[in-house]
Amino acid sequence: MPPAAGRPAFWRTAGFRATLYQILVIAVLVGSVAWMTDTARRAMQQRGIASGFDFLWDRAGFAIGHAFFVFTPDNTYFWAFVVGLGNSLVVAAASLVTATVLGVLLGLARLSGNWLLARAAGLYVELFRNTPQLVQIVFWYALFTLLPGPRQAWSLFDHAFFSNRGLLLPWPDQAMVFGLALLLLVPGALLAWAFQRLADRRRRAGRPLPRAGLLAVALLLAPSIAGWIAAGAPTGWSVPALRGFNFAGGIALSPEFLALYLGLSFYIAAFIAEIVRAGILSVGRGQVEAAETIGLGRADLYRKIVFPQAMRVIVPPLAAQYISLVKNSSLGVAIGYPDLFSVTNTVLTLSGNTIEAIAIMALIYLTLALAIGGLADIVNRAVRIRER
Amino acid sequence: MADARSFAVAGGGPPQPPPPVARGAVGWARRHLFASPFDALVTLALGLLIAWLVPRAFAWAVVDAVWYAPDGQACRAATGACWAVVAEKHRLILFGTYPYDQQWRGAAVIAIFVALIGLSSIGRIPVRLRLAAWGAGASAGLVLLLGGVFGLSPVGTHLWGGLPLTIVIFVGTVAGGMPLAVLLALGRQSEMPAIRAVSVGIVEVVRGLPLLAVLFVVSLVFPLFVPPELSIDKLVRAILGMIVFFGAYAAEIVRGGLQAIPAGQHEAAKALGLGYRLRMRRVVLPQALALVVPALLNDIIRAFKNTTFVAILGLFDVLGATKVALEDPAWVRHAPEIYVFIFLLYLLFCLAFSRRGMAIERRLAARKR
Repeated sequence: MPPAAGRPAFWRTAGFRATLYQILVIAVLVGSVAWMTDTARRAMQQRGIASGFDFLWDRAGFAIGHAFFVFTPDNTYFWAFVVGLGNSLVVAAASLVTATVLGVLLGLARLSGNWLLARAAGLYVELFRNTPQLVQIVFWYALFTLLPGPRQAWSLFDHAFFSNRGLLLPWPDQAMVFGLALLLLVPGALLAWAFQRLADRRRRAGRPLPRAGLLAVALLLAPSIAGWIAAGAPTGWSVPALRGFNFAGGIALSPEFLALYLGLSFYIAAFIAEIVRAGILSVGRGQVEAAETIGLGRADLYRKIVFPQAMRVIVPPLAAQYISLVKNSSLGVAIGYPDLFSVTNTVLTLSGNTIEAIAIMALIYLTLALAIGGLADIVNRAVRIRER
Repeated sequence: MADARSFAVAGGGPPQPPPPVARGAVGWARRHLFASPFDALVTLALGLLIAWLVPRAFAWAVVDAVWYAPDGQACRAATGACWAVVAEKHRLILFGTYPYDQQWRGAAVIAIFVALIGLSSIGRIPVRLRLAAWGAGASAGLVLLLGGVFGLSPVGTHLWGGLPLTIVIFVGTVAGGMPLAVLLALGRQSEMPAIRAVSVGIVEVVRGLPLLAVLFVVSLVFPLFVPPELSIDKLVRAILGMIVFFGAYAAEIVRGGLQAIPAGQHEAAKALGLGYRLRMRRVVLPQALALVVPALLNDIIRAFKNTTFVAILGLFDVLGATKVALEDPAWVRHAPEIYVFIFLLYLLFCLAFSRRGMAIERRLAARKR
């Protein structure tokens, strides 16, 4: 019996086809993954590589030098991943702050009415945006290795030294206390922000608080200073000095770290500059003119009108740049900076557990990217237009 | 009385004098360089920096530079740049380890590539013809490099290097990545949940990974997963990794274009009885892709810059070949000069692409009005 007029056969309906396509795609995916896993398992059995994650607790047998964390050959592979991740995070965090500050300044400079400043910032952006990041990193590294040796190091008042061993800076004897003080800046900033809001309200009501700016700075610093005094107010600094053929004391930033740090910061700063510029240009001219008409000061114009609106345009691409910065810290492998990627590279060569090592690395990078993306979503929600 | 919550200055403040009118160079400088005390300070500081930097840079790069030093002796005493190192190593940097007497083939590939970029910027040539020219140029370039026909001696891909290799990786990445991007973007917009999930999964995972990790997975892990008789060329594996990464990023841009097409376009096409494939190919995709060309060009520029990543995999693209050139102990002190040279080389190509992107953006903006 032919199908009823107007109703196609069941294998010609859109619904059936959709199901068929989906089953096909899934079958091909599952099939190829199963086949590949089987091939890999057999190949590994032949080569005698034990699969699984037990290797993580074996003795690593290699050292990680010139880094912020101590790692000796007696540590485990697991610890190698932790140290690699730590090194990645240190260089990424330092570059992130530098790139943001530099990028915002450059973005504002490109919009400046000062012809010379705008042109200089434009030149910077074109130069650093249009060349490969890896070439920049390798270039900085080549420059640093050509610096004079420790005995002929460039010195700044005999307190900081710059040589082919890297940059040596004075460092507090009790770094933990200073780290704590830095952390206490966060509650300080919250206090200062709350105070600023209060001062703003008073100013608008025509009863401005005397010395509001000074008080805000004092509130910002108060928790840090209190914490420092509570810890016994340590003042000792370790200053680097030449002993024999190398430096002792202070903190050493290796040429590898500096090259990666500069390469990441300068490259991403050029992109952030463009994002900031586009964000500020996206704020309607009428908004600025309206603010000027009601006599709003320059600082208030930016704080109350331009930045809140520009942030909506800036935050999503900015988060993408931050993710790209964190991911590209893996370029440290090209110059021998022991970041997560280069450590993974060493681990998989020594242990033979290629798949497991790469899976761990991939999972860590994915988590970092997701975390930054999630934070950006939160900020995005805070700055979005609140429609009535 | 002023509203207590107003930002306005009560009474509007004292009357201001009229702004000074000045014409000519002095007026221009007053308006653009010394508009305020802060501006004047910035101009002065920057001016001093330039006055300090430019003469020194000029002395290093031109006056004290050594242009000819066959064995590197003349460079050792020089206080300026040693451009002789570029003259000495340019064949290695530009062509890598490609057989020396066959390097004209690489030069021809570079010439084809530059000609195609030039051709693409002529707006009067239809897009279809331009794409055909790229296809023909790419085939001709591959035949030239591979050899084995028309009396050309065969050259294995392991010998390829320098700028031709960079071009091959770049063109391969974009040519393979664009169709993948369109497929992934369409998949993400699909009404079939399984297809959507697979597309979203691929795009999000690849975008969350560093390009280096993707390249390592494709070139290190992938061979473990397939039997040795199916293993593919190292260069092809690297290009495959680049394609996946480029495709995942470009897919999100194409998706943006797809979302910008109003539902009316889909509905009108459906009303005309167009099926899914025709609807996408003839109605939706042409409009969506035209919208996102400038954004895609940014990704294409990034793909060009990212070709340098293959140097870490041990391929001899421009950066990889440069590293080989710097292993020569006679010239190792002149790494900065060589890097400045390849810096300019990459800058030239990227600027050409980005100027092209700006021109397209202007044309799109003009069409909207």
